[in-house]
Amino acid sequence: MLKQKMANNMLKRKIADKVFILVLRIFTFLAVLPLVCVLSYIIFKGYSSLSWSIFTNLPAPVGETGGGMGNAIVGTLIIVALGTLLSCPIGVFAGLWLAMYGKGKRGFLIRYCADVLSGVPTVVLGMVVYILFVLPTQRLSAMAGGVALAVVMIPSITRTTEEMVKMVPRSLTESALALGIPQYRVSWSIVLRSAWNGIFSGLILAIARALGETAPLLFTSFSNLYWNFSLNDPMASMTVQIYSYAISPYEDWQKMAWAGALLLVASILLVTVLVKRFSKRVIYG
Amino acid sequence: MDSRTKIVVKDLNAWFGSKHAVKDISLDILENSVTAVIGPSGCGKSTFIRCINRMHETIAGAKMSGSIKMDNEEITRSELDPVTIRHQIGMVFQKPTPFPTMSIYENAVAGLRLNGVKNKSVLDEIAETTLRHAALWEEVKDILQNPGVSLSGGQQQRLCIARALAVKPEVLLLDEPCSALDPSSTAKIEELITELKKELTIVIVTHNMQQAARVSDYTGFFMMGELIEYDLATTIFTQPAKKMTEEYITGRFG
Repeated sequence: MLKQKMANNMLKRKIADKVFILVLRIFTFLAVLPLVCVLSYIIFKGYSSLSWSIFTNLPAPVGETGGGMGNAIVGTLIIVALGTLLSCPIGVFAGLWLAMYGKGKRGFLIRYCADVLSGVPTVVLGMVVYILFVLPTQRLSAMAGGVALAVVMIPSITRTTEEMVKMVPRSLTESALALGIPQYRVSWSIVLRSAWNGIFSGLILAIARALGETAPLLFTSFSNLYWNFSLNDPMASMTVQIYSYAISPYEDWQKMAWAGALLLVASILLVTVLVKRFSKRVIYG
Repeated sequence: MDSRTKIVVKDLNAWFGSKHAVKDISLDILENSVTAVIGPSGCGKSTFIRCINRMHETIAGAKMSGSIKMDNEEITRSELDPVTIRHQIGMVFQKPTPFPTMSIYENAVAGLRLNGVKNKSVLDEIAETTLRHAALWEEVKDILQNPGVSLSGGQQQRLCIARALAVKPEVLLLDEPCSALDPSSTAKIEELITELKKELTIVIVTHNMQQAARVSDYTGFFMMGELIEYDLATTIFTQPAKKMTEEYITGRFG
């Protein structure tokens, strides 16, 4: 009787098992589907419009062929570099402080602020930078764009640094202190050095994210139809350029937007893959 | 032994927050001897030696009181920078901790380089002497640029001893240095300890009583933060004065 019942249950369990795994597979497929769709559609639409002139030429007026977004590509590189230069030291040192001295209330508060900041919609961050930086200086500028991107990047760099530094075992810090090495040297040459690979990966991922930001740049670096290398003037960027081309009614411009989108996504993908490939975990002891 | 006293500990107490970990310890440590501290887990033996090089105070909420004198100089004074004390009193920990981003060579001279010694020939020379000192030179002389963490556990621990010796301490504290090692590595380190006591004073914490019996000249038995008995190792292990000591070393508890 009992044996019979258990055998029946066994069959039920086997079926339930199969069904469950099938459900997991379907939902996993649904999870990667958007990425596959986005990538293939962008490649499909953008590939035909790709040409070398995109890298070298300025945007062309409607009706003219051979336009490019060379100034926007350079602009993005400059603005992202500015953002990185501003956010990297702030984020890394804040993260180091949080990991080493952030156990109390102050640490909790700062960690909380960083988490809230990383959740604030980037368009809002752009507006705030507009009010605090663009209005006082009376100009839309590449500098303002860099500041806005830095604000986007700081919380993630801070938290990654904190996590990576916390992974450095206490025993390592103690051994260094026991050698009579002053605390600042221990923090700098032992703790930060050991955690650096992880921090660097986090930094690169923050840069990859900044590359794709549009909203913070709309009110700050704005856009520019010409080459501009002055940090005090509006500067073109790929994302803003793609945005204005994509909403335009002209087919040439829309094509250019697709090509730009392909370039942007490809570079973000490349950066992400490179980080995954080359970031080595430090082995402790 | 015609040794003189190197360290005098008097009425030492130590706390973690409200936990009273070390209670009224007084003992003398003789120069060029090996002093072992034994006792069950959590008896305060590690905390005790961590007071000697002022590592105890690096833990949040830790306090200590009492007096520790080395060569008649009070080393617990708060105005004395612990960094200078740690140059004179080195320490090796339970788990080997080579610095993961550094090569064998860089590990060996880390304490000097991070204290501002830059002269290459000086560092080269000290790297060789200190690695020879730690009985590691023959095994690593051709692979000095390999990462320190690529060595075996026993070699890593000898590298840590070399690293501690490179700053030329007068006292070496060993906090269960063999508990993560296999028997043959342990034997090498014990041999090394006996060799090193010719030049410096060694205090070793261990919960391996055979080890304490093998390497130490003097042994202190700790229990619940108190020093139960302190005497010549041969006395402690053959005819201890206290019943509790006898019960512990014969394996009745702990």
